[in-house]
Amino acid sequence: MQGESSHAFGLAHHFDSFDQQREASYLGMWVFLVTEIMFFGGLFTAYVVYRSGQGAAFAIGSHELDIVLGSINTAVLIGSSLTMALAVWAAQTGRRKAIVAFILATILLGGLFLGIKVVEYSAKFEHHLVPGPNFHWQGPEAPGVEMFFNLYFLMTGLHAAHMVIGIGILLVVAILAWRGSFSPENHNLVEGIGLYWHFVDIVWIFLFPLLYLLGRNIQV
Amino acid sequence: MWKNVPLFPEQASTLASEVDALYLTFLGISIFFGLLVAGLVIFFAIRYRRRAEDEIGRPEKAGIWLEITWSVIPLAILLGMFAWGAKVYIGAFRPPSDAVEYFVTAKQWMWKFQHPQGNREINELHVPVGQAIRLTMTSEDVIHSFFVPAFRVKADVLPGRYTTLWFEATKIGTYHLFCAEYCGVEHSKMGGSITVMEPADYEMWLAGRDTGPSVVASGQKLFRVKACSTCHRPDSATLAPILHGLFGEEVELEDGSTQIVDENYLRESIMNPIAKLVRGYKPLMPTYQGQITEEEVLQLIGYIKSLASDATENQGPESDSSSPASTPDEG
Amino acid sequence: MSDTVTTPPRRKHYLNVDYGIKSWLLTQDHKRIAILYLISITFFFIIGGVMAALIRVELATPLGDLVEADTYNRLFTAHGVLMVFLFLIPSIPAVLGNFLIPLMIGAKDLAFPKLNLGSWYVYNLGALLMVAALLRGGTDTGWTFYTPYSSTFADSEVILTALGAFVVGFSSIMTGLNFIVTIHRMRAPGLTWFRLPLFVWAHYGTSLIQVLGTPVVAIAILLVAAERLLHIGIFDPALGGDPVLFQHLFWFYSHPAVYIMILPSMGVISELIAAFSRKRIFGYKFVAFSSLAIAVLGFLVWGHHLFVSSQSIYAGLIFSVLSMLVAVPSAVKVFNWTATLYQGSISWQTPMIYALGFIGLFVIGGLTGTMLATLGIDMHVHDTYFVVAHFHYIMVGGAIMGYLGGLHFWWPKITGRMYSVFWSKIAAGLIFVGFNLTFFPQFLLGYMGMPRRYHAYPEEFQILNVLSSAGATILGLGYLLPLIYLFWSMRYGERAGDNPWGAYGLEWETSSPPPTLNFDEPPVVTTEAYDYLSLREKKLA
Repeated sequence: MQGESSHAFGLAHHFDSFDQQREASYLGMWVFLVTEIMFFGGLFTAYVVYRSGQGAAFAIGSHELDIVLGSINTAVLIGSSLTMALAVWAAQTGRRKAIVAFILATILLGGLFLGIKVVEYSAKFEHHLVPGPNFHWQGPEAPGVEMFFNLYFLMTGLHAAHMVIGIGILLVVAILAWRGSFSPENHNLVEGIGLYWHFVDIVWIFLFPLLYLLGRNIQV
Repeated sequence: MWKNVPLFPEQASTLASEVDALYLTFLGISIFFGLLVAGLVIFFAIRYRRRAEDEIGRPEKAGIWLEITWSVIPLAILLGMFAWGAKVYIGAFRPPSDAVEYFVTAKQWMWKFQHPQGNREINELHVPVGQAIRLTMTSEDVIHSFFVPAFRVKADVLPGRYTTLWFEATKIGTYHLFCAEYCGVEHSKMGGSITVMEPADYEMWLAGRDTGPSVVASGQKLFRVKACSTCHRPDSATLAPILHGLFGEEVELEDGSTQIVDENYLRESIMNPIAKLVRGYKPLMPTYQGQITEEEVLQLIGYIKSLASDATENQGPESDSSSPASTPDEG
Repeated sequence: MSDTVTTPPRRKHYLNVDYGIKSWLLTQDHKRIAILYLISITFFFIIGGVMAALIRVELATPLGDLVEADTYNRLFTAHGVLMVFLFLIPSIPAVLGNFLIPLMIGAKDLAFPKLNLGSWYVYNLGALLMVAALLRGGTDTGWTFYTPYSSTFADSEVILTALGAFVVGFSSIMTGLNFIVTIHRMRAPGLTWFRLPLFVWAHYGTSLIQVLGTPVVAIAILLVAAERLLHIGIFDPALGGDPVLFQHLFWFYSHPAVYIMILPSMGVISELIAAFSRKRIFGYKFVAFSSLAIAVLGFLVWGHHLFVSSQSIYAGLIFSVLSMLVAVPSAVKVFNWTATLYQGSISWQTPMIYALGFIGLFVIGGLTGTMLATLGIDMHVHDTYFVVAHFHYIMVGGAIMGYLGGLHFWWPKITGRMYSVFWSKIAAGLIFVGFNLTFFPQFLLGYMGMPRRYHAYPEEFQILNVLSSAGATILGLGYLLPLIYLFWSMRYGERAGDNPWGAYGLEWETSSPPPTLNFDEPPVVTTEAYDYLSLREKKLA
């Protein structure tokens, strides 16, 4: 195509400058995150609606969650956000190996989070707390508790799906970084996945109190 | 009545003329503005048609006052229509206090009615003219919508809760009843008719068929059969709240909030008793979800409502052919 | 492609720069992607149209005697789903917007060309799921998927269709995201926000809705699928759910979605009226901001679909008054367009006929919309043919008139060829007459009380239904004609110049069809939007 040869390496044909390309990339990422907020927003709305109707059952439900594992996971995820931020810093300052190392650390912590989540999920399976035909709860609060677990699995499941996707992208970015695809001028991909990772982290920061903490002070 | 080419529905309720007046006024305003815009567009398009190939339009400065004028005038008109529409709507959802309560249960694809006197009908409802009638409605499966065009009334009928609607027929005749919310294969067949009769004819019609026990009597019987009466006793509030004089009152719940005892709250308390427990009571009551049909719940509620008016005695009126106006007051 | 006129020296443009299927399927050129979209949406418009025809034939008689009730339900569901998700929502943005926004703002492409191509593939993937659902017997929930019917009771391909809508939603998000970033970051030097064509403003508003609304319907659809598949209770009261919550989530998107369909069309109309009056749009800033006002207010009115759904009276009051507010920016647009005609230089070309027709139909659709927003009236006409007529006036009378007007306006730019003026005017007339004949009787039917989605109906409604079906025949013919003469023009049409209408705008300053990177010289903007005076001076100079 005409005109492309005059372009600098890494600058797409339709942009005039690296600045323009970077600004477009960031704005695009932010707009994407707005769509993600709206996406989770639908679930949060459902949570608010049902919790306002059956708060007592939700409090009982939150007692069934493992607060120790939940707290550890919160710490793990915040730690992964730190390593992610360090990876972005490494990209900005052009440290190739550091990018790879910090991304791998982020992947590791993300994997640890998912592993703990699997432990929690399987405990729920054993205790018949997974909604559906196998759900079993003794007592009159059963419908409310089942609704709590509906939302628990939907919300944490959707969050975990975002983590899995994030780890997949991080793997690709790590490989690209190893090959030296990023420079201080051009590392939009690292910045982009960084924003995404922080977003997923923040979603958890909301999920954790809503599901694990709220109502725990009430004696059941 | 539909002999000629119909362009306008019959007016057969007190509400119909109100809705039509609102509609026709709005229509008049719309036609005025529609013709104004269309007229100007056509006039300008002809008057200022292009006469030379290189002609251009004469640009003018935007007039801020013009913009304000044509924003504010429509807004004022629309707000006026909103207020009028709101008045009609609120009226349509607030039944007069002397309205007689009929029960409606919808299911795929039929309407089941029960008169206060106990008479049941399917897809047909006979009502007396000049009497305000309040429908308490629920669905056994999906969402339906009760719609009588001649009365200009419509309300969705939902599973798991009650909706209400009221009308007062003003004209003898038989009118269409439609289901207006899509509900499955035979949605378009889920209709029937409302027959409006002279009160005397209505009495005769009622008397001419086996009415069975009244709603209140059926509810009273269920109250015993389903063993509600073991705990809900008129003389002791230790196990469960006294139901006499309860309907329409406010109760305090476990979490300190208050709740008006209405049909929806009673239904929820029967189906899911612990959801909103009255303060001071233990969650002893079992759920009746699946143990009791929607119609039975309605009868129980009818009975509990009848207890509201006489807090001392526990008797509702017996099944007789008393005129609708003499059935218990719903307060 | 060069047998009509004497062959000018072959100029490279986006159509002849490369041949072969691969050069199309892997293209990153926004203009080629627009053509790909054009092909896809035309295909689904035809299928959806055939279904509409079957519906109208069925309704010509009161006894559902042509098809079974169940088949009829599947037909109107497919008609709604295909027309809304696969035609109307992508129509103007993904075809005309895709083609024109970079041209209008003097950019070489959209900000994310790969994302743009990806959106077309995602669209087709979603469409494929819907087609699969159709081939397996279709869905019978209506395009609104109301619970608990859709989540528990319906015995049809709900999940496939819903999943299709879910996937197509992502293509819509991708397009919206791309437009927002492009409009922010890719404008030519000198092209300030208030020099942008109103088409671009309208698309900016549209994109906001796509980005903010689509994810919410996506999650609602996902929840319906989860309830249906796993029997967990979200919306079905028998499982402890709340069916009205679905309606809130659904309409939170689907009401703004109506503005996704109509806003771009309003953008087209602004361009057409400016071009064929050779005049700056009266009250440019008001028209521009009214697009944003519609986009924002559009998110606050969803509850007017729930006036009779057991929503509280107070919620009804709030949603009613907010719905009145959203009518004001629409009215502002109409008045400004009308004022633009005053002392214009008005040319009765085919696109202008569509634009003037649009104004008339949109006024009817808009005014009946405010009637529906009036609580006391909605109570009676909710879920009747009055609603059907109203939204067809907006979506067909509004959105499709705008789409066809735009297609006729920019066709010479897109293909470099001119279509038959005679036939295009005949078609525009047929569409206008046929449309009114089809849908005006439905207002009367609705007020008389004929509910929507009825396979069979009482006899007294027949006369108006027959009129409507007759109108649909004319309308169908009207839609068939452009299909023929536009296709014909691609080969046999006269070569159009770079600016056949003498219109203002960057897209008319490049050649027709434009080169792959849109402009041979990067444009610099020095004049205000629709500055016809400077255009004439430039020509004279």
